[in-house]
Formats: sequence, C-alpha cells, structure tokens
Amino acid sequence: MEGRTAITINASPEAVYAAWREFERLASFMYHLKSVSTTSDGRSHWVARGPAGTSVEWDAEITDDIPAERIAWRSLDGASVDNAGSVQFRPAPGDQGTEVHLALRYSLPGGALSSAVAKLFGEEPTQQISDDLRRFKQIVETGEIARSDGSPLGSRTKNLMHQHDAHPLTDDEAAGAAQEAKA
Amino acid sequence: MRATCWTGTTSVEVQDVPDPKILNPRDAIVRVSSTAICGSDLHLYDGYMPTMEKGDILGHEFMGEVVEVGPGAASKVSVGDRVVVPFTIACGACLSCARGLYSVCENTNPNAAMAEKAFGFPTAGIFGYSHLTGGYAGGQAEYARVPFADVGPLKIESDLTDEQLLFLSDIFPTGYMGAEMCDIKPGDIVAVWGAGPVGQFAIASAFLLGAERVIAIDRFDYRLEMARTQSGAEVINYEGTDVNDALKEITAGRGPDACIDAVGMEAHHGTAAIQAYDRVKQTARLETERPHALRQAITSCRNGGVVSIIGVYGGLIDKFPIGSLMNRSLTIRSGQCHVQRYMRPLLEHIEAGRIDPTFIITHRLGLEEAPGGYETFKHKEDGCMKVVLKPFT
Repeated sequence: MEGRTAITINASPEAVYAAWREFERLASFMYHLKSVSTTSDGRSHWVARGPAGTSVEWDAEITDDIPAERIAWRSLDGASVDNAGSVQFRPAPGDQGTEVHLALRYSLPGGALSSAVAKLFGEEPTQQISDDLRRFKQIVETGEIARSDGSPLGSRTKNLMHQHDAHPLTDDEAAGAAQEAKA
Repeated sequence: MRATCWTGTTSVEVQDVPDPKILNPRDAIVRVSSTAICGSDLHLYDGYMPTMEKGDILGHEFMGEVVEVGPGAASKVSVGDRVVVPFTIACGACLSCARGLYSVCENTNPNAAMAEKAFGFPTAGIFGYSHLTGGYAGGQAEYARVPFADVGPLKIESDLTDEQLLFLSDIFPTGYMGAEMCDIKPGDIVAVWGAGPVGQFAIASAFLLGAERVIAIDRFDYRLEMARTQSGAEVINYEGTDVNDALKEITAGRGPDACIDAVGMEAHHGTAAIQAYDRVKQTARLETERPHALRQAITSCRNGGVVSIIGVYGGLIDKFPIGSLMNRSLTIRSGQCHVQRYMRPLLEHIEAGRIDPTFIITHRLGLEEAPGGYETFKHKEDGCMKVVLKPFT
C-alpha cells in the first residue's frame, strides 16, 4: 500500500524540515498515529491506531537525513508491519516557500495485522496523507489545526459526509470528539 | 444561547443552542451587538447552496464585543474590544493571505477536500455559509466563535454607531471590490446589475473611485430610486426595457466601460421563456444557477471592457456567451471579497464622512424576529433593502 502527495508551505525549507524532524510531533497531524517517540540512537518507536481501540507498534530508523532537503525512515527488520516513508523539501520557485513531497509505503503480507493496517488507511491512502499534509501546513503556517463546528477535528476527508451541524458542540459532544480523535 | 438556524429550504428558526467555546488558541468569542441578513443568505435560505445541514447557524455579517480570547490571539485583541468581524476567515500566514487574497486563504477551511472536489481548489472558511466553506457557525446569534481573531476582526476605537460600521463585515467591501476590479478611469461609465445592498455599495464605490456615470439595473423601482437619490445613479428598470439597447443609447453606442454583476445565481429574467428555461434546469439541478444578469453584463460591455462578478455563484451555468467574451477582448474579474484588505481604508471613508453606509437599512429587528426578516427580505416586501438584527435589545 503506497501513498504520495505534495503541498506548498509558506516557510523556508529549513523551518519546514525542522518542524518535521521533531518526530514526536508527527502524531499531532498524522491522525493514523497515536504517538511517535524517539531514542537517543536516532531510532523511533511508532504506535498507530488499529481498529476498535487496538494499537499497532513498530520500531523505525532514519535512513536519510539531509537538513532542509530530505528525511527518510523505515521500520526495523522484524517489525510487525514493514513500512517506510520519506519527505523531501524543495524551495518553491519564485520565493513561494517550500514544496513538501511525502511518500509512505506499508507492506501488507496478509493476515489479521495487514487487514488492521489496511483499515487504518481506508480505501484511499493518498487522500489520508493529503489530509495529513494539510494539517502539517496549518501547524507550520498558523500554529494550530483549523477546526469548525461542522469539523471539530479539523481536515479529515472521511468526516466530510457526516458533519456536525454548524452550531457549537455541547460539552458531551466536545468530549466525544476528543475521544474519537484518540480512538 | 439563541441563534438563527437553517432548518430546511425557506425555513429558519431561532433556537436554543450551546454557547460557543474557544476551540483553538487564536480564537475569540464575540458577544454580537448587531448582525445582518445578507442577499447571499437568501441563496442558502432558498436551498441553492449545497452542503447545508439542518441546524446550521446562519449569518456572516456581524460585530460586537470580545468577551473571551484564546492565548494565541491575546497580543492583538482583548476582552472588551469592540470589533467588526470580516465574513471571510483568514489565517494571515499562507501565500494567499500574503498576496491579500484572504477569501482563498489556504488554511481556514477544515472541509478543504470538499471545496476542492467542487471547485478544483479549496476556498477560505466563511461564517455561517454551508459546510463547503468550512461548517462554521454564523453570527446571527447572541455569541459567535471567531477563529484567527488576531488577523480578521477590525478593532473600533471611534464612537461611530454599529449601523455605520456593520457593513464593513461584507457588503461595503464586497461592493467596493466589485468597483475596484473595474479599474475605473476618468470618463468611465459603469453599469451595475442588481440594486440590492451590494449593488448599492458597488454604485457608491464606483463614484468614490471616479466613475463619470453609473447605471443601475433592477426591476424594483424602490431599489432603483435609492440608487438614484443616494448615489446619483441613472437607472434602467429591465421589465419592459431592452437593457442592451438602453445601455447603447446611454453610452452613444459604445457600451459601458465596465459591468458589475451584483446579482448572482438567482437572477430573474424579463423574458418569460428564458426565465422558464433556466428555472427548470436549475430546479432539475441540470444547472445550478440562473445567470441572466451575467449573460447580459457580458453582452452589454464595451469592446475591451471589464466584467466584474461579485454576485455569488456556486456551480455551473448554461449558455455562457463565450463568443461575445472572447471575440470582443473582454476581461472577467471576480471573487468573494478579500474583506481584510478593505476594512481599514473603508473605515477611513466612513470616518471622513465620504459615505454613510446606514442609508441602506430599512428594517431593524430583534433576533427572535429573524424568520420574518428572511421572508420580508426574500419577497422584497415593505420596501425591504437591508435587515439588521439586534440580539440583545
């Protein structure tokens, strides 16, 4: 399963690279992740959301790291889900900021775990990572993820067809939305 | 709190809803002192804008007092500030905002993917204006949550009244931008389709920007009369008059130098067969607009002139006079207003007394009377031009 997409961010390649390089922050805009933690040896531990509140976890290492240009990573041998990703930062022509090109790949050897991972991405992995990049752009450019009454979780294509009414959430609904974000 | 909610086609109700809360650091909550019903709210009311949900709070023209501020906006706005809120929600940081194109802000529409499907690229969030523009609750309510409160709201420090200031939120800037897009030069004649509130401000703005003559086109005499007496426009009532012929006569065969469409998707046509054709196709959703005003603005414009579109369209039109447009070197300019760009300079026009926007107000109602206000405005009863709602009186 592969997805790739790109977006342009109104900030320097150095700034955009620095924002991505903090792997702990990836889960704040990549909604299929629960958390990413890094260790001092450059390795990282990833926890992704599985169906019905379960988790899928693996360890990863950085395979390429060129400041302001490129970061690539892949899961370590023996990971339950073999996966890799890369993000490239290129100056956009005409001083228009930075082009961010993201590619993610998850190998699905079959079995229950694979189907769990497949569910993470739904039928349109590219749509999901487009949402991820939209939220990343919002965080880098504005410091927050745009949220409305209709879309209290922010940009998320799978929520477009069942929107909350455009009136304020009750406290219970707000708590429910926060739960869903963690589900 | 009480809020005006869309409950289906041609139906709004004032309902109890939860109070808005700060959701993001750069939010503020505004206690609404004045809000208005916009002509574009009628497109929602009439069910022609897709992606409305029953229960959505309407309203994108509002002002009031800041009662709560998130930590990310606190350096620019404070509790107690009196602010006019622009209808377009803009982040101020993306490339579009940097270029002054606030209504196509790249970050404020959480439903960007939906807008992208409809339009090719997403547009900014707008208060109370369907889920295509973000699903934000609107301002025809006692309180409203204002995202990016450090970017959009205009802080008022003078003692001008709400009624003098309220229309900075949308229709004055929208009319002004419509006139500005005409690149008016000395001697220019500008024709404006639609003498509703936005049309009135487009007419007044065309004169402010130096137009020699402005022609207002509508079918309601009371609206044409306002354009004539308030701004000095000449007028054409299109019922019983061939507009293209009349404009040729007024301009000695040249045609207006610029034509402004301040009507949009629900235009009325004086020729029954053409009105019926577009009405049937619109009802069957084979086209989403009734674009008579736009067609006429194009075919009436002088060779090499500008057609400026500020009337709202949502989708697709039929029988677009592309031959007239292309062969006669016309320029089309358009857009939802980049309100943030115009609020301060237009406030200066008001403060200097060059324009008093209160002239368009015909109805002042309490919030609870909003449903009747929609009906009166839609049917243009009782000389209705502009309805202002006061939630706390």
